[in-house]
Amino acid sequence: MKNKKHLLSFPYLFWSAGFILIPLCMIFFYGFTDKQLHFTFENVASVAEPENVKALLISILLALISTAICVLLAYPLALILSRSAIKNSGFMIFVFILPMWMNFLLRTLAWQTLLEKNGVINMILSFLHLPNLNIINTPYAIILGMVYNFLPFMILPIYNALVKIDPNVINAARDLGANGLQTFLYVIFPLSIPGLISGITMVSVPALTTFVISDMLGGGKILLIGNVIEQEFKQANNWHVGSGLSIVLMLFILLAMGLTAKYDKEGGSYF
Amino acid sequence: MRSVCKKLYIAFILLLLYAPIITLVVLSFNASKTRAKWGGFTMKWYGSLFKNEQIMGALYTTLLLAILSALIATLIGTAAAIAMNGMQAKARMYFTAVTNIPMLNADIVTGISLMLLFLAFDAVFGFKTVLLAHITFNIPYVILSVLPKLKQTNRSVYEAALDLGATPVYAFFKVVFPDILPGVLSGFFLSFTMSLDDFIITHFSKGPGLDTLSTKIYTEVKKGIKPEMYALSTLMFMTVLVLIVLVNYIPDAGSKLQKEKALKE
Amino acid sequence: MMRKGLLFAVCALALSLCGCGAVSGSGEEVVVYNWGEYIDPDVLTAFEEETGIHVVYDEFETNEIMYPKVESGASAYDVICPSDYMIEKMIANDLLQEIHWENIPNVSNIDPQYMNESEQFDPGNKYSIPYCWGTVGILYNKTMVNGPIDSWSVLWDEQYKDSILMQDSVRDAFMVPLKWKGHSLNTMDEGELAEARDLLIEQKPLVQAYVVDQVRDKMIGNEAAIGVIYSGEAIYTQRENPDLEYVIPKEGSNVWIDSWVIPKNAPHVANAEKFIDYMCRADVALKNFEFITYSTPNKAARELIEDEDIKNSPIAFPDLSLYPNLETYLYLGDDGDALYNEYWKEVKSH
Repeated sequence: MKNKKHLLSFPYLFWSAGFILIPLCMIFFYGFTDKQLHFTFENVASVAEPENVKALLISILLALISTAICVLLAYPLALILSRSAIKNSGFMIFVFILPMWMNFLLRTLAWQTLLEKNGVINMILSFLHLPNLNIINTPYAIILGMVYNFLPFMILPIYNALVKIDPNVINAARDLGANGLQTFLYVIFPLSIPGLISGITMVSVPALTTFVISDMLGGGKILLIGNVIEQEFKQANNWHVGSGLSIVLMLFILLAMGLTAKYDKEGGSYF
Repeated sequence: MRSVCKKLYIAFILLLLYAPIITLVVLSFNASKTRAKWGGFTMKWYGSLFKNEQIMGALYTTLLLAILSALIATLIGTAAAIAMNGMQAKARMYFTAVTNIPMLNADIVTGISLMLLFLAFDAVFGFKTVLLAHITFNIPYVILSVLPKLKQTNRSVYEAALDLGATPVYAFFKVVFPDILPGVLSGFFLSFTMSLDDFIITHFSKGPGLDTLSTKIYTEVKKGIKPEMYALSTLMFMTVLVLIVLVNYIPDAGSKLQKEKALKE
Repeated sequence: MMRKGLLFAVCALALSLCGCGAVSGSGEEVVVYNWGEYIDPDVLTAFEEETGIHVVYDEFETNEIMYPKVESGASAYDVICPSDYMIEKMIANDLLQEIHWENIPNVSNIDPQYMNESEQFDPGNKYSIPYCWGTVGILYNKTMVNGPIDSWSVLWDEQYKDSILMQDSVRDAFMVPLKWKGHSLNTMDEGELAEARDLLIEQKPLVQAYVVDQVRDKMIGNEAAIGVIYSGEAIYTQRENPDLEYVIPKEGSNVWIDSWVIPKNAPHVANAEKFIDYMCRADVALKNFEFITYSTPNKAARELIEDEDIKNSPIAFPDLSLYPNLETYLYLGDDGDALYNEYWKEVKSH
């Protein structure tokens, strides 16, 4: 039986070798060579340049903030949906995924239309004689864009984890005298951690590497590490430095995920 | 009181998620070609949309690509997740690491490295290369959706089924599969969505003459998004909405019937 | 039951996938790689009807994203439409083939003035035929500024804080302070570049946003008072918002040319020549001009324009002799690119 189960991993084993590992090797090859294809550490070391350090720090900060906001927004929502009396909360979950079916670029453009100085939101605010909202072209707009775009990635896994919890377990906790908060803290929350970690991964990684959102909502005034890498590839046509920086970014994310996994109660079962 | 709070909360999130969608829908009725100006109400973009062969061709490619890549990624990904769940720590390490790589890389890095790979194998750039690329970046989303579900399944139920004489395959589909189905489905839909939205990776793995809606939209940015694109997005959105409502209410009626039956018995 | 259905669906899809690969165009074709929305689609249909050559049309967004696709040979194109400095780079890297002028008789429609300009990046006019051209200048909103504008210095004017839109690309951004201070926009002098960088950093707090294509919509929507923009967009934006005015600053600016070229590995060279020749026909060039509103170097087409205002528009067809300091971008080599990018990164991350 055990062996048979392993067979299931074969398609992915070959797939990952061909389409993930080999391309990854190519990135490493570019990352550790210069234009004459001589071995060098310079590309990777270039992360220490002040501009790149700054971009990396801002990226990490913005990614952390938007991931935190996503958790704060998504968890209660997933909880409400999973515990709701609404029969078809599965349907509700679709309602939250649905906006993603409109093209990402179009949606981000739409946020511009909403947030601009003479945009829709400000028109409504001034109609109500309220002060204007001026967050377009600031880091706040970037965070908004990240939260907006990645929120569904947080809702979905948390909801999936919560909905799986056996109601009897919760009832048992209540019968044993736990109050609502205790039930949540000691029963519901620990059981939802795998989903939560899935969500954090799915949100924080794209948030860390994005460049479109910072370009369109940040007015191009804030340079994120994603912008730097994109610029190396697209404007400078320097694949070597671009690859070198990507490797550093990859290591960073791996490190962060390793740390997250340490706090995963299931003890390394996830990572 | 509490339920009012809950409803308000849901409404708030919905407003956040749907504000730009509503904006796009409104823009699809804008007679002016620019998003910055309201030129009066019109339906003309919906008419010209269907006459636009390029957009229609791109729509067909996009949908075919999204369905195929999501299906294949779901099959491979689910199988891999099941295998991973039963693996020893070391073997699993490889798979988790590999799974995370496409998510770690900036899209442009994945895109260019895949292009180099296809070049090395002298592949003809076209639908097939794009499909391979999409499956590649979709699989991790499936695995990440299915794994948490698998972890919550109760192994002893599956083993009990085996003890009662079920074959492993039968036991899996009867006992485990229903439990992880929501994860599989959400993996499928996530994949579908990612494939719909991808631009950079598609750009580097596609050949001339092949366009998806995303690549079309990006090239249009230079001269301004054509209002037909807003119209198309609105239509796609509405179609999916209607479909989901329908799909949701039909099985609901079915399960009601079953319940009544069960009660009678 | 459901499982069987799924299996069946997968098989069917797999089959249809195999089918997809088998379908390939037979007969004559030409593979064109052009900027997005940079041609009147009717022109392509007309070309197919007239010549029987099927056009496989592909689009790109920037020169830089086009280049690796052509260099790597991932796809074989017959005709490409890059900009000046990129053409020079492609020539330098031996990616283009010389054009057989005898096969393109309509080249006589192109104003010799632009063939001369092309010599800057394509000496001897061996590889390229101008398709569109234009200048970079300032688009401003008459109701939001004091008096007419004629100098780059306005982009450093404190009173327009948060109302300035700058171009978000290295060369266009550096062109502004370099020209303002009277330097060449192709300078490799580190002192001049450092001065330009410092000016850009000084300007940053005044800038509302660094954008590429959003200038158009933001100016139409009265979001900003002043923006740096391509002349080709000016006609369109003025049509949408009559308060807007375009000016080429007196200190000089960039004049750019996008030209047709044939890459070395083009599989259908004869068809590529037919395509380029067709594009140079007066009536075709006119149709394209009306569709994309970027200036055409085709003087025969210009003669055909009926609207006198457009025909003599100083925006679409400025008298270049009035602007002595116009230059095209040249390819600066890998080192030059690296230098500009380094300084630009310092500006952006400041």
